[in-house]
Amino acid sequence: MIYFDNSATTKPDPNVLDSFIKVTQDFYGNPSSMHDLGKNAETLLRKAREQIANLLSVSNDEIIFTSGGTEGNNLAIKGIALQHQARGKHIITTQVEHPSVLLACEALEELGFQVTYLPVDNYGRISIEELENSITNETILVSVMYVNNEIGTIQPIEEIAAITNKYPKLFFHVDAVQAYGKIPINLNIDGIDFSTLSGHKIHGLKGTGLLYIKNGTILFPLLHGGGQEMKVRSGTENVAGIVALAKAMRIQLDHLNEDQKSLVEMKSELLRAIEKIDGTVVNTPTENAAPHIINFSIPRLKPEVVIHALEEHGIYISTKSACASKSPDKSSVLVACQKNDEVSRSGLRISLAYSNTLEEIKYFNQKLALVVNQLRKGIR
Amino acid sequence: MKQIYLDHAATTPMDPAVIDEMTDSLKNLYGNPSSIHSFGRKARQALDKVRRTTAKVIGADEKEVTFTSGGTEANNLALIGTAFRNKSKGNHIITTKIEHHAVLHAAEYLEKNGFRVTYLDVDKDGMLDVEKLKASLTQETILVSVMMVNNETGVFQPISEIGQLIKDHQAYFHTDAVQALGLTNIHVDNLSVDLLTVSSHKINGPKGLGVLYVKKGTKLDSRQHGGEQERKRRPGTENVAGIIGFGKALEIAEEKKQVRKETYLSFKELFLKILDKNEISYYINGSKNNTIEHIINLSFPGTNVESLLTNFDLEGIAASSGSACSAGSVEPSHVLVSMYGSENSRIINSIRFSFGLANDLSQVELAANKIAKIVKRLTK
Repeated sequence: MIYFDNSATTKPDPNVLDSFIKVTQDFYGNPSSMHDLGKNAETLLRKAREQIANLLSVSNDEIIFTSGGTEGNNLAIKGIALQHQARGKHIITTQVEHPSVLLACEALEELGFQVTYLPVDNYGRISIEELENSITNETILVSVMYVNNEIGTIQPIEEIAAITNKYPKLFFHVDAVQAYGKIPINLNIDGIDFSTLSGHKIHGLKGTGLLYIKNGTILFPLLHGGGQEMKVRSGTENVAGIVALAKAMRIQLDHLNEDQKSLVEMKSELLRAIEKIDGTVVNTPTENAAPHIINFSIPRLKPEVVIHALEEHGIYISTKSACASKSPDKSSVLVACQKNDEVSRSGLRISLAYSNTLEEIKYFNQKLALVVNQLRKGIR
Repeated sequence: MKQIYLDHAATTPMDPAVIDEMTDSLKNLYGNPSSIHSFGRKARQALDKVRRTTAKVIGADEKEVTFTSGGTEANNLALIGTAFRNKSKGNHIITTKIEHHAVLHAAEYLEKNGFRVTYLDVDKDGMLDVEKLKASLTQETILVSVMMVNNETGVFQPISEIGQLIKDHQAYFHTDAVQALGLTNIHVDNLSVDLLTVSSHKINGPKGLGVLYVKKGTKLDSRQHGGEQERKRRPGTENVAGIIGFGKALEIAEEKKQVRKETYLSFKELFLKILDKNEISYYINGSKNNTIEHIINLSFPGTNVESLLTNFDLEGIAASSGSACSAGSVEPSHVLVSMYGSENSRIINSIRFSFGLANDLSQVELAANKIAKIVKRLTK
């Protein structure tokens, strides 16, 4: 099996799995319990938090564990909006965010908030000037993703932070779910207030994630209850999942430091082969793009058909984001990039992991050419 | 010293068979259930199988089962989700003073948002008087939330009577059945509930997983926005392994329900018999007979909670003064205050013992003898 759908989800790393199993067996206490079993679980939780804070170069009390990326994004956006609405009710985001950001913003529109959805250029990037021009006295939040999940575009996060930092009233949230471990990121810079990470995109477990919350920032909680996670996120902590997350994050960062080149090589090998196929359109930008996502369109071939044909060869790729897979036909990201209807309808996404190999890429390239050839003959 | 864990109401060890099943799925079934390729579809099938199992156990339809990140999220979704959605029908909510904090704090949040909440007291047996509830119902009432089994005393609440009472009223009926699942028959139609919460880590499943049963036709706003998972009630990539683990735990719990009920009852009887034999003076907090098998809450006159717990801990006995979620605080148990008033000495000298998978008869015997010795020493 060749799994090239790592932006949808990833296979848990064996070491991550070992940590998870060990913790479930030996540290099953409730971290809020006062007896030894509880205290041991609490200690473990604290250590995981410390490790993660270290990896992100932030403080321990700036990490809030969540059930995943969707919750992290919802908590950041609604938490700021509900807590700080007295200051203003305007939010700025982009047209290419993940559905968990876009739909959280739409939900706030129903509550009387105004949302600006910034357009992007052909490469999926926003314009810094346009962002700055959209800021009003009423703006309380800017939310921009670090790396786009469908085409891999890297947004100019540090430049945005430089702008948001000029406005003391303004919070900046970065959805870094697709960025962590694939490109170097620095969350501890002036101007960034929150960032969302997800465990299952980096070979951790589904149902785990975190929200980085800069010290001193107050968020309205989504979940009320026992007051865990500094009262921002109630509910018994998923201790084993959290320890697994810390492990996954460390391994992923090691990979970034040591093997990022391998991702870059695999990506160029893929692009070379894709471009050779007549009529294909590469949607992923050549510059300012993450090394693990390659999005391309084969006009007039239904992407589902290509996907199933590749499956026959044991290859798994995807169309758009899995979360949006059920919405019909066009990719809203490709539409936002002003691709024509045919290109927007026929987008395919390959997303790599460090465990993928050049041999797999070569096999894929052969099969892709074969499949496209066969399908084109079929529709003639 | 090996710990004797008498705190299963706080959290439970995972069943080894659950760990095995989860491990297997983490290795082989890691696809994203929203992915359209077969690898995603396999994950979706596994997910739906558990949905069917869960539905069958509680007598529901599989479409009525929503997976969440745990009991806290399910309770929040039930209360806040229905309250906001049904505002036009009224703004009154009825609950009890002995609910879990996930319900109480969600209700307090609703109070801040213009809802009126009636918090009913319970009697000295820890039971809610259905007549009192009846008297509180108004035309404005849109939601009634009463837990099935109290987590501190183990006392059953008259859920099916309440269900009958409000069957023809506009109000939705929610029950938090977190402590009931596994040892009680739960049938949503017999109980006449519209919403029901359960949690995985209380039945030897993984932490970070819960279920909200939502009866067909119940109008509920989702608390998070994003992908279309869980019929849009709860977006976010499904925690497949967690769900599979929960499914396994639930299957085992159902299969062993009768045996476990008898076993835990025999633990409880032996425990009390040893205390009696040692002439320890104690009161049972709550009804003696209308209580779930695995929980017993005892007051030891002449002692206080802190010294009891410290001495238990030194002897390797893990018990609790109340729910784990509030155990970290020095606040007296809100449950015992509702039963006995805030001046009663039971508030400061009571301990909850809860039995489960980590125990056998000889452990219970050993623990009871140690406890008898400690109480004697402290009351000398």
